[in-house]
Amino acid sequence: MSMAPRSPAKRRRPWPYPLRRVCQALPLVVVIAITNFFWLRLAPGDLADVIAGEAGAATPEFMAELRRQFGTDQPLALQFVAYLKRLVHLDLGWSFRYNESVLHLILDRLPATALLLVSALLLALLIGCAAGTLAAVSRWRAVDIAVSVLATLGFATPLFWLGLMLMVLFSAHLHWLPSGGMATLGVDTHGWARVRDIAAHMAMPVFCLAAYYLAIYARLMRASVLEIVGHDFVRTARAKGASRFRTVVSHVVPNALLPIVTMTALQFGTLFSGSVAIETVFSWPGLGQLSLDAVSSRDLNLLLGILFVSSLLVLAVNLITDLVYGWFDPRIEVQR
Amino acid sequence: MPTRREFLVKSSAFAGASLLASLPAGAQTVNGASVLVANTLPEPAGLAAGSTPANPTNVVSSNLFDGLITYDENFRPVPQLARSWTESADRRAITFKLRDDVKWHDGTPFTSADVQYSIMEVSKKVHPIARPTFAQIVAVDTPDPHTAVFRLAQPSPVIWAYLDTSSAFIFPKHLYAGTDPLTNPYNAKPVGTGAFVFKEWNRGNYIRLVKNPDYWDKGKPRVDELIFRIIPDASARSVALQNGTVQYAPLTPVSLIEARRLEQNPNLIVDSKGWRSNAPMFFMDFNLRQKRFQDVRVRRAIAHAINTKQLAQAVFYGFATPATGPVPSYQKNFYTADTPQYPYDPARAEALLDEAGLHRDASGVRLRFNHLNHTYGEDYQRAGMFIQQQLKRIGVEVTLVNYDLPTYLRKVFTEHDFDTMSAFYAAFADPQIGVIRRYWSKNIIAGAAWSNGSGYTSAEMDTVIETIQSEQDPQRRTDAIHQLQVIAQRDLPSINLGELKFFRIYAKRLENVNTTPIGVYASLDDVAFGAASAT
Repeated sequence: MSMAPRSPAKRRRPWPYPLRRVCQALPLVVVIAITNFFWLRLAPGDLADVIAGEAGAATPEFMAELRRQFGTDQPLALQFVAYLKRLVHLDLGWSFRYNESVLHLILDRLPATALLLVSALLLALLIGCAAGTLAAVSRWRAVDIAVSVLATLGFATPLFWLGLMLMVLFSAHLHWLPSGGMATLGVDTHGWARVRDIAAHMAMPVFCLAAYYLAIYARLMRASVLEIVGHDFVRTARAKGASRFRTVVSHVVPNALLPIVTMTALQFGTLFSGSVAIETVFSWPGLGQLSLDAVSSRDLNLLLGILFVSSLLVLAVNLITDLVYGWFDPRIEVQR
Repeated sequence: MPTRREFLVKSSAFAGASLLASLPAGAQTVNGASVLVANTLPEPAGLAAGSTPANPTNVVSSNLFDGLITYDENFRPVPQLARSWTESADRRAITFKLRDDVKWHDGTPFTSADVQYSIMEVSKKVHPIARPTFAQIVAVDTPDPHTAVFRLAQPSPVIWAYLDTSSAFIFPKHLYAGTDPLTNPYNAKPVGTGAFVFKEWNRGNYIRLVKNPDYWDKGKPRVDELIFRIIPDASARSVALQNGTVQYAPLTPVSLIEARRLEQNPNLIVDSKGWRSNAPMFFMDFNLRQKRFQDVRVRRAIAHAINTKQLAQAVFYGFATPATGPVPSYQKNFYTADTPQYPYDPARAEALLDEAGLHRDASGVRLRFNHLNHTYGEDYQRAGMFIQQQLKRIGVEVTLVNYDLPTYLRKVFTEHDFDTMSAFYAAFADPQIGVIRRYWSKNIIAGAAWSNGSGYTSAEMDTVIETIQSEQDPQRRTDAIHQLQVIAQRDLPSINLGELKFFRIYAKRLENVNTTPIGVYASLDDVAFGAASAT
């Protein structure tokens, strides 16, 4: 990090950091795409089997016709070449299950998943950090214990179970919230009515998804704050006469946030998988549900497309995180 | 992102007190329009039953497309697109007189050319069930736009059991001719003749149909909109039915035990009648390619060891009755009770296994084999466990294997890599459509799902099956069907375990839900909301 360049004269101006990172990520994307292609083929059965299975009957002609359409009657090598060709053109292919282009399907579902993920993540971050900080600096031991107990509970509760229980309580018994979907069907609402409608549908899935991550953030933040509080500069701030509140808000928290940033980036990927369960329970029309469908119906093109796009997303998030580090803590040099 | 944060704050503010007004139990009227919310599962692959022959498609498609005929309570044909029909004296020509006031949803008139195209170019070419069922149809003549004549190579009574819209599906020729019907884009935005017009398919979410104002059957449909919601989780479906957000769920929407609970709900009806034409039959197949199962005594011993009454009660919670043969007992025209039976008798089972030379070894085990459970949910896994427990008593050790559907199909029907398996097949309204496929040696087709999986081959059985297919005299045909049941029970390549009662669940206040044998596949054109009961 602080090694001096050996001969400053020879040093060329490096590419901007983000560009370099993108170039480094490219081979990774290619490897992911290729591994996916072969790996997914290990699952026995194909889409033709699934369609025949659902039809409740099949003739060999019907199966052959299906496979001819899907192109799965071709040798694997040819299929692979075709796949690479498509990938180079950024064409994700055609989903024979849905009779729709894969890209279109993914783009259709992405906003719903993004809405769910981002809301849950923000909610978890805000409340988690606040709760963690409170637990760490509070003079009352009870607050600390309460936060820790709730965090452990949130961490240990299975997502789908929590979802179902919420649904039984708020939808089946109290009739307060809709039990699933993203909007009330059969009504064309606009403006605020629509926002309200979607918000009502979001409440339970977002809460569920947030509950788990909230617990992690709270624990992490608590530990991090406790560590920072012991540092000299905190004592100095207090000695200078900064109020307790000010010390925590302007000196402790910003320094304690760094591990949270790391964690958030790492969890973006897991959040995506967590949303499969939540999306299924709440019939949320997002990517998680789509990928589950793609797996169970062996819709290879669609599955490859989803995996490809999500690997891109994770890489992008990691890149953004690296950049955010620098912004949070100028001591970390992004240049190297 | 301040907007996101702002949004979030507002959303949580609204979440608590939200929507009390716009969420009545059962939003049947929205802005003055009546909306019926149904459910289909899993999400269909296409919306035209002729090109996507599967239940989730059928229940949607029948609202968009009418068939030539439909069926009444006794499975007699009732006019739909065909006003009337006559059969020639030699029964080798069936003349359908078609309605002349029917238009496709895009305004094009419906004519006999559509019928000819659909039967000859699609059903007979690519439909997995219609293709064998319509084997005897050699041509469809169209002497005028409103007459279609089916020409048969020889009389084929089975056709009469396969003419409604979920079977002999009628495509709009002007949109399909010259294309590949399986990938035609109109499969996802169908143009039909039915009571409802396709409006929108928001994938993973819902399919929306609206009233067809020009429907030939005046006064129908009786609701303005019909929405099929996609709800992947069974518990969520149950909640949606209980709080009234979904009013009609035809495809066995919840687990069996949950259904028993919902039966107690005063606002819901759990009904099995609409499934009678599908007639699902649950059975256990032996892989007869293995020498140890070729001894009929072994198969009979296994049959004696399974208590089918208990299976129906304990595993299927009464949503099944013990089967006595491959034809369901409620199909009175075809069923015979006069077949070899294997009542529950573990002692007899052990004696048979001893006779077959399978004695208990040091650890008390006579025979070990695996069993591939049917893949449609935990009810079938429980059935496998039940069989495992029962067979353990007679010294047979069963290893249960749970695959997902594609793996299961591949193992059973392509690789034949299994010892025993269980499955249900629809017997359908005529045994020729759904039953003979389990026993016909010509239906041992590697790679074809739900074919003759046991590999059972019998010249005697083949002769009987071919008689069923070609016999013109109804009485002699029925005799052959009876004979099929006798041979099936005598040779026992497959143990018929239970007649399953699939069910649909719907709101009690729905009026005129079709309860004929094809109920689940029938249009909801006549369904309306009755006086709202207490919710």
